[in-house]
Amino acid sequence: MSEGIGARVLRKEDKRFLIGKGRYTDDIIEQNQAYAAFVRSPHAHAIVKSIDASAAEAMDGVVAVLNGAGLTGDGIGNIICGWGVTSKDGSPMNMGAWSALATDKVRYVGDAVAIVIADSIDQARLAAEAVEVDYEALPVVVQSDAALEDGAPQIHENAPNNLIFDWEIGEEDATDTALAGAAYTTEMDIVNNRLSPNAMEPRAAIATFNEADDHYTLYTTSQNPHVARLVLSAFYNVAPEHKLRVIAPDVGGGFGSKIYIYPEEIACLWASMKTNRSVKWTSDRTEAFLTDAHGRDHITHAKIGFDKDHKIVGLKVDTKANLGAYMSLFSSATPTYLYATLLSGQYNIANIHCNVKAVYTNTVPVDAYRGAGRPEASYVMERMMETAAREMGVSPTELRRKNFVQEFPHQTPVIMAYDSGDFAANQDQAMKAADYADFEARRTEAASRGKLRGIGFSNYIEACGIAPSAAVGSLGAGVGLWESAEVRVNPVGTIEVLTGSHSHGQGHETTFAQIVAERFGLPTENIQIVHGDTDKVQFGMGTYGSRSGAVGMSAIVKAMDKVEAKVKKIGAHVLEASEDDIIIEDGAVKVKGTDKQMLWHEVGLAAYTAHNIPEGMEPGLKETSFYDPSNFTFPAGCYICEVEVDPETGTTEIVQFVASDDFGTIINPMIVEGQVHGGIAQGIGQALLEGVVYDDSGQLLSASYMDYTMPRADDLPSYSVHHQSTECPGNPLGMKGCGEAGAIGSPPAVINAITDAIGNNDLSMPATPAKVWAAIQAASAKQAAE
Amino acid sequence: MEMSGEYSIDAPIAEVWAALNDIEILKVCIPGCEELEQVSETEMTAKVALKIGPVKARFNGVVTFENITPPEGYSIVGEGQGGVAGFAKGGADVRLVEDGDKTVLTYQAKAQVGGKIAQLGSRLIKSTAAKLADKFFKNFRDALVAEVASA
Repeated sequence: MSEGIGARVLRKEDKRFLIGKGRYTDDIIEQNQAYAAFVRSPHAHAIVKSIDASAAEAMDGVVAVLNGAGLTGDGIGNIICGWGVTSKDGSPMNMGAWSALATDKVRYVGDAVAIVIADSIDQARLAAEAVEVDYEALPVVVQSDAALEDGAPQIHENAPNNLIFDWEIGEEDATDTALAGAAYTTEMDIVNNRLSPNAMEPRAAIATFNEADDHYTLYTTSQNPHVARLVLSAFYNVAPEHKLRVIAPDVGGGFGSKIYIYPEEIACLWASMKTNRSVKWTSDRTEAFLTDAHGRDHITHAKIGFDKDHKIVGLKVDTKANLGAYMSLFSSATPTYLYATLLSGQYNIANIHCNVKAVYTNTVPVDAYRGAGRPEASYVMERMMETAAREMGVSPTELRRKNFVQEFPHQTPVIMAYDSGDFAANQDQAMKAADYADFEARRTEAASRGKLRGIGFSNYIEACGIAPSAAVGSLGAGVGLWESAEVRVNPVGTIEVLTGSHSHGQGHETTFAQIVAERFGLPTENIQIVHGDTDKVQFGMGTYGSRSGAVGMSAIVKAMDKVEAKVKKIGAHVLEASEDDIIIEDGAVKVKGTDKQMLWHEVGLAAYTAHNIPEGMEPGLKETSFYDPSNFTFPAGCYICEVEVDPETGTTEIVQFVASDDFGTIINPMIVEGQVHGGIAQGIGQALLEGVVYDDSGQLLSASYMDYTMPRADDLPSYSVHHQSTECPGNPLGMKGCGEAGAIGSPPAVINAITDAIGNNDLSMPATPAKVWAAIQAASAKQAAE
Repeated sequence: MEMSGEYSIDAPIAEVWAALNDIEILKVCIPGCEELEQVSETEMTAKVALKIGPVKARFNGVVTFENITPPEGYSIVGEGQGGVAGFAKGGADVRLVEDGDKTVLTYQAKAQVGGKIAQLGSRLIKSTAAKLADKFFKNFRDALVAEVASA
């Protein structure tokens, strides 16, 4: 079947995007629509003494100016973090109150204090400027280590010293003992730089309250509309679930930043009820920098020990994670269960201990961003491995190979049980594709041109297919992380698949259709994927953590199993054959070894006319499944980056980037390669270009594309992308997930390559030309002194 | 952000000091000053229009004089709200030293900005602030010299 599993089917959704007919939240226009603009704090930390909206209210077109006192007065609840993490002393995390509109205090630049509703967007923005807020500025802290110091400004009363939790995983005593007995140790201070997610479509919302039915409709840029509805109902008390419809139409990228429920959606819903108007808000780019949840921002000290044969004996990691001014929806899980549980890397390590302190600062909240915790783990592990190899004077590839996990399943000391993989095969494939054997000749040739050439490796592993509900529940998750699907065969044989996954660039309308095409032998044009609307789709947990394949598609497979069973019964009945002899292929239901068959649409029609179906069978052909995975999945791979650095300018050029990934079964190689390309671009962006900068007073200095550098085409090489797969035993399709791998595996490869080129391991991300040049100068000064 | 400068003014120290306390002279010397009103002996309110990079704003502020030691100098502390553009606050120590018939004026200033000015104009703030400070003291010197000449 040309459109089935493994086929490079062109993306069905691209037609509407290419002809400009995508339908994004901002494209939706409701009758009687008004526009919202938010009054935001210019201070990073201040007491709100008073808000005077009288001038704004008197301005042309202004419908209302609403504030936090009104919002909380109407019973709208505080924004919550949905994953409880317990400190090592047994105490619960210290979650500070977060009102959608600040009442008494603002805690970061951009914190919303009021919402202005007006007939036009310009009127709303002008009036927002006229709202006078009297602030009393307070001392500010923006770095996690400084925030933990005695005497640091207190951001939330219930979090002394700004500590949200002090959590640990693994055995500390055993790890200390192992490290004390190690023949070699390597220690490093590692910073994982703070990033802004930069989805192409900024966040937006349009909320409509229908007075007739006491019903709300919210169009919003969400990766998980059902989760949004659940939280808006259960915690924020906007409306009960049956009185709230959430629709996430076409969404232009998320990278995690559109998982969370933000103040703006809550305020628009409430304002719609207060004003009896549809209320639309669309973020501008600077607003996005100021308010979209940021990613990463870890400060880590790590120590790894090896025995005399270079086998790892222990790893100890101490991390301070900056969570910003408030706890976002999954902010507690990202630096704990999605980070420290991956610190075993691809290696057999008997003793691991990790301590994580999560910290409040006067910055925008930090939460999951493409990779979410796993890029941080992979960066720690792969920088440590490369550095240890250099310090011990052994080959970085051989050191890794010597320590690879080779037998599966493999239980790590940090919760995860790896189910499959062949790490050496990925390394072999990548080294061959990179022509590693010839690297020293290339280095010499580059030197003759005055360039410093270096090579760096990264052997990442991550956990996807998030996640077994009972397991995450035992770790503190407030929700189950199964997925649902409904497969509806229509009377004419076309198929609608309703999925709880959400596509915001991933190409689900194509890949999900391919697995249906494969199963029933139908063309993908007869299959429609429906997602993103709580009124249409039964329920769903959405798209993040590379879960839509391993979990979302598995739910579709389970529903198709039920459809297939019913189809076989109908076929056996009509064709007067034994059910065991019925096969489904090429769009027909056939009796094995005969020429008797029913065409697919004839089966559909038979099910719906119900004139001739087995006795006792219900009419119709529509099945639902809720699929709960049995384990995480473990995509892994080997990335090799080769760079040339100009010692005169410190400029880095990536001259080769090779990826060998193990994603398990691949449905559409073209789409998977696209995911890898995008992920690596974001990883290279983190390594070379991107970095959020706050000044000491908490002002965001990187709040536009003048100051926040995104990777562009000419910053990136043509990637060499390969696959070397082992099937995942945990789900029916054998899939592992590919959405985040590129962003997880690439940063350490880039930094390992640059540090190899310049002969100085002391280099932080983003490795800008200024930093690289300074590191080159420091290396030559050190050399001169020796 | 910190700035400093030194100017030699062709006028005796007493006249320089008087001018430093003359609201009419200050008003014409402050770049973009639209209003300057004395509220008390040590306090003024000001309205100043400024453009920093892509951000244009009109600041409403309060300026206070402190550590007044005639005729050697004073400290000036101010804070202004620029609406949606953000805020600016800062201060300067101004010192006068007699140099024969002339007076040497030195200043050391500190400034901090917040909101949109910081977000969009951060790379330009230091140079703009230094330029504005320089412009003020040059204007002040020129105005004073012109006044002395016409007197």
